[in-house]
Amino acid sequence: MADTTITRIYAEKGAPGAAAVANPDPRTIDPIDRVESGDVQTVEGQLRIFTQELRLANEGLAPEDRRNFCDHPPEVIKPFRGFWEKFLNWARSESLWILGFGTGCGAIELRPLMTSRFDMYRYGIQPRPTPRQSCVFVIGGYASVKTMKRIVPSYEQMQGPKFVLGLGSCTINGGMYWDSYNTVNRLDHYIPVDVYIAGCMPRPESLLAGFMELKRMIKAGECEGANKYAENFEWYKANQKRIIKDWNMPDYNW
Amino acid sequence: MAILTKALYTTVSLAVITVYSLLLIGTMARVRAKVQGRIGQPAYQPFIDIIKNNAKRTGISHGVMFFLGPVFRLAGGLGTYLFIPVIFGSVIFANFSFAGDLLLVMYFIFFGQLGMALGAGESAHPYSPIGVARGLAQMTAFELPFALSVIAVAAQYGTLSITEIVAAQQGGFTNWVAFTNPLAMIAGMLAFLGMSMGNPFSVVMAPQEIPIGPPTEMQSSFLGMLQTNRAIFNGAKMVLFMNLFWGGAAHQYLIVAILIMVAKTFLIYLYVTIVGASFPRFRTEQSIRFFLGVPTVIGIIAVVLQMV
Repeated sequence: MADTTITRIYAEKGAPGAAAVANPDPRTIDPIDRVESGDVQTVEGQLRIFTQELRLANEGLAPEDRRNFCDHPPEVIKPFRGFWEKFLNWARSESLWILGFGTGCGAIELRPLMTSRFDMYRYGIQPRPTPRQSCVFVIGGYASVKTMKRIVPSYEQMQGPKFVLGLGSCTINGGMYWDSYNTVNRLDHYIPVDVYIAGCMPRPESLLAGFMELKRMIKAGECEGANKYAENFEWYKANQKRIIKDWNMPDYNW
Repeated sequence: MAILTKALYTTVSLAVITVYSLLLIGTMARVRAKVQGRIGQPAYQPFIDIIKNNAKRTGISHGVMFFLGPVFRLAGGLGTYLFIPVIFGSVIFANFSFAGDLLLVMYFIFFGQLGMALGAGESAHPYSPIGVARGLAQMTAFELPFALSVIAVAAQYGTLSITEIVAAQQGGFTNWVAFTNPLAMIAGMLAFLGMSMGNPFSVVMAPQEIPIGPPTEMQSSFLGMLQTNRAIFNGAKMVLFMNLFWGGAAHQYLIVAILIMVAKTFLIYLYVTIVGASFPRFRTEQSIRFFLGVPTVIGIIAVVLQMV
């Protein structure tokens, strides 16, 4: 397999020794570069890498960066059975940590929830500043393509089980932005959504009602969004890449 | 056989302090909520949070040191607690206290933070080293008044054994260090504010500026372990300060002694919470300047008074 990608990059940069790497000995090239060169540029090549080699192409990254990132797709992790899972689900539902990422105008409705009038802490809900530690992602209203580029890695960095609340009509059908050139219309084409809260803007009371519904669903074992994402990973990823044109991050952000 | 009995007793003591500290953390969150006019989270919320974090199905490790960071932190918390006698005169709650335990405990208070610094460093998140740098700078500053107050107390009673310091304070509250050596108590309790990392010395965690500081990348059971350690470490520090300055907990009936311990540590934590609810956050250089100012001067005077 010709190492066309590397050759082209070196040639474009005009790096010294570009001619020397034009026809390299295949045994001296790093295995990662050897397999991915050329193949990752085509859709067929990416699909082959995903289906046959069970790994991600990471074609948005520069070849020399690919070895720094993980190429494993997410895996489905089956829940336990019986009483134990019910107990864990109860704990998950009573300790909902929201990712502090206001993705749209609806995030303004989250602030009153923290203060004394609505006080979400009494339901075990609290904000958390990093996706690593949070389990609820509240998409606050319209999601522009630029924000989707940040929403996707943030969602993927959250550790499962993780839940998504779609806040406002914009997340359901685009709302008043339904024909906008740069906002997505249906959020659950890009990440799995557990509960939608309709309205423009929904009041904090509606948001609390949404949280209560989310709690009920978690206790009933109906919130398996992380597993759904892993099962349909190709579909979600294809949808995300369809709208995010300048994809320059790993295919799955650990 | 004796060591096995000792280990069993220590396990019981550890379980008691963990459960009590978690409840205390939850209660103090409620107290802060009341100050802000809210109802606040249930007092048992820390338990649920720990269960939830340990029940996460996935967890990301960034390497061996990242894995060992929380382990070192927990070792620091356990080490601090295991060498402090909790209830004076009780076999069950004596832990592994011995003649020079005060020095070892002071070392262990540092140990966890240094281990955590290594673990947080490997996570490669830029906010982690910022938090670590702030934490270590602040810790170096409050260590000075703390060490001076400990030296003053050790010089007062001529011993480095916590048990003997507690024994010397028995027989009425006028024998407590807080009354016999008030300058050492003031320096120590001011240093305790920094040690607890509540407001105004909360710049280490500072969720609004650097997301949560050193544990930014910690998640799942790593975070669960850190939360468990937080309870044990907090409990150990409160018991240490109760022993050093407030006469320890002693009674002929164990249950009464435990209640005394609960009351005293509750008040010590309440003091931290009230200060935290009343003052805004210091910047790092402000907190360093604070600790190297009045508390250190008070500590030096306390030590000098013991020398003359």
